Amino acid sequence: MRSFLTMLGIIIGVASVIILVSLVNAYMSYMTDSFASMGTNQISVNMRRMSTRSVSVDEMYAFYEEHSHVFDNLSPMVSISGTVKHGTDTLTATSITGVSEDYRSIKDYELEYGRNIQYADIASRQQVCVVGAYVADELYGSAEKAYGETVKINGNAFTIVGIVARQNEDMDEGGSDDFVWMPYSYAVKMAWDANIGNYTFTIRDLSNASQGTRLLEEFLFEKFKNEDLYSVTAMSEMLDELNSMIAMVSAGLGGIAGISLLVAGVGVMNIMLVSVTERTREIGIRKALGARRRVIMQQFVIEAAVTSSLGGLLGILLGSGATSAVGAMAGLNAAPTVSAIVVSFGVSVGIGLLFGYMPASRAARLSPIDALRSD
Amino acid sequence: MGEPLIELQDIYKVYQMGSGEVRANDGITLTINRGEFVAIVGKSGSGKSTLMNIIGALDVPTSGSYLLGGEDVDQMGEDQLADIRNRMIGFIFQQYNLLPKSNLLENVELPLLYAKVGREERRERAMCSLERVGLAEKWRNYPNQLSGGQQQRVSIARALAGNPSLILADEPTGALDSKTSREVLDFLKELNADGNTIVMITHDNSIALEAKHVVRIHDGKINFDGDVKDYAAII
Repeated sequence: MRSFLTMLGIIIGVASVIILVSLVNAYMSYMTDSFASMGTNQISVNMRRMSTRSVSVDEMYAFYEEHSHVFDNLSPMVSISGTVKHGTDTLTATSITGVSEDYRSIKDYELEYGRNIQYADIASRQQVCVVGAYVADELYGSAEKAYGETVKINGNAFTIVGIVARQNEDMDEGGSDDFVWMPYSYAVKMAWDANIGNYTFTIRDLSNASQGTRLLEEFLFEKFKNEDLYSVTAMSEMLDELNSMIAMVSAGLGGIAGISLLVAGVGVMNIMLVSVTERTREIGIRKALGARRRVIMQQFVIEAAVTSSLGGLLGILLGSGATSAVGAMAGLNAAPTVSAIVVSFGVSVGIGLLFGYMPASRAARLSPIDALRSD
Repeated sequence: MGEPLIELQDIYKVYQMGSGEVRANDGITLTINRGEFVAIVGKSGSGKSTLMNIIGALDVPTSGSYLLGGEDVDQMGEDQLADIRNRMIGFIFQQYNLLPKSNLLENVELPLLYAKVGREERRERAMCSLERVGLAEKWRNYPNQLSGGQQQRVSIARALAGNPSLILADEPTGALDSKTSREVLDFLKELNADGNTIVMITHDNSIALEAKHVVRIHDGKINFDGDVKDYAAII
């Protein structure tokens, strides 16, 4: 019973360390993954007040061609606010964007039906568009029915040439399936502004992120001579920030878990002390019968080691089980991390040994007469 | 027979009690030969327990010399004392002092374990010893499953297991009724008849009379040391 209580402290300590660290790790990789799905390889460029100085689409493409070893895709981004209509059905929250033929690759979306916007569409300012699954479903009932149909965007008729596969389980108005892409060359006409202020690049390799950012900044400074007129944002940099934030949280939680291990250690020490006191008579008997100090020490230290490592093992089992269970409930892919297991087990056994050693050495120093006299 | 086993010379044991000092043993000189059955008798506080601790190598005297089987015990360190207890002395305590969580065999094996006797031999000798006290069949039992008399027999078996030169019994019948006391005393006599040297500490004169040789302690000094017949005459 007593040794079970000792173990319980260690079990809880070890389990909590494993659960906390593993869950934080799982959450961290979940965040990183979802961030990555948003496009860690993207660099977006935003330019302001283009009436005085500007960069034309052709200049931007020239820059892109020149550095094609760094940049993978490029798409101008022309946002249009307005409504999407078919007959009497109207969508108002749909995001309408003029993009290049690269945009589908940038978003990494698959087409459900039809084709993507092509260079020829852009060159000849075709009134064609690619729509998201929500738009197709709401206005036509299905992707198949929407294909080839006409849709009116702010009064201009467009032919739907492609439908993008559904991105989200539950499609919402204004969600990631509620969009229309059109050739940016036509969107510029609709926006009444010949200057395109926003571009999205993708880089070939994540390790090129800072190089890409630097190239863009140099290029834009050359044009604008003023850093306030443009901004270059790499998603991967935001990811780095996110990671360092999570690492901080993780360290904090690890500290809390460490405290619970320490508390477990104090419990072990407490119970060891009681155990030694209760067994003073036994120690006396053993010493009277010829047990040397070392032998008594060994007995108690081995007991402490066995108790704490058994507790540690049970804690690992409990922690791993709970981690998987909680992970499954929270929808995280949580697995106990090796480092958490090793550290928590090591610390618990270490604490058990240390706190077992101290009362044991006290016990071993007792004179057999005094020890025998105790009840 | 006749060869000295215990030689105590001018043993003093002094305890500091606050400002004063207490001389628990105040110059004790005593020789006990091999094969003897000695009762050390005295009232409580007479110093007989202190003397027993010294004879049993549980404690060392403040001054004086103690030879046990020719070995100089009085200046030994803790581990040496442990070894000599293990090798030379079999203890029988008033409260039996068996380990409650070990079975009888494990209890009896204990001194052999500390003497680093191998597993097989340890088991064999412990069983032999249990056999001698008539409890061999119960070797799997735990001490609390036994009567007081049986527990004391187990502790005697434990004392015998290491084949010691001296059996030191501290009030061996103190916790027993008269019938089981009788059995234990008869058993001790039997052991003595087999050639074992026995030193028995008691406060009870009637128990002391069971021995062959009586030493009486009073105020830390010996005030009688002689044959049991002479002792019977003076009480």
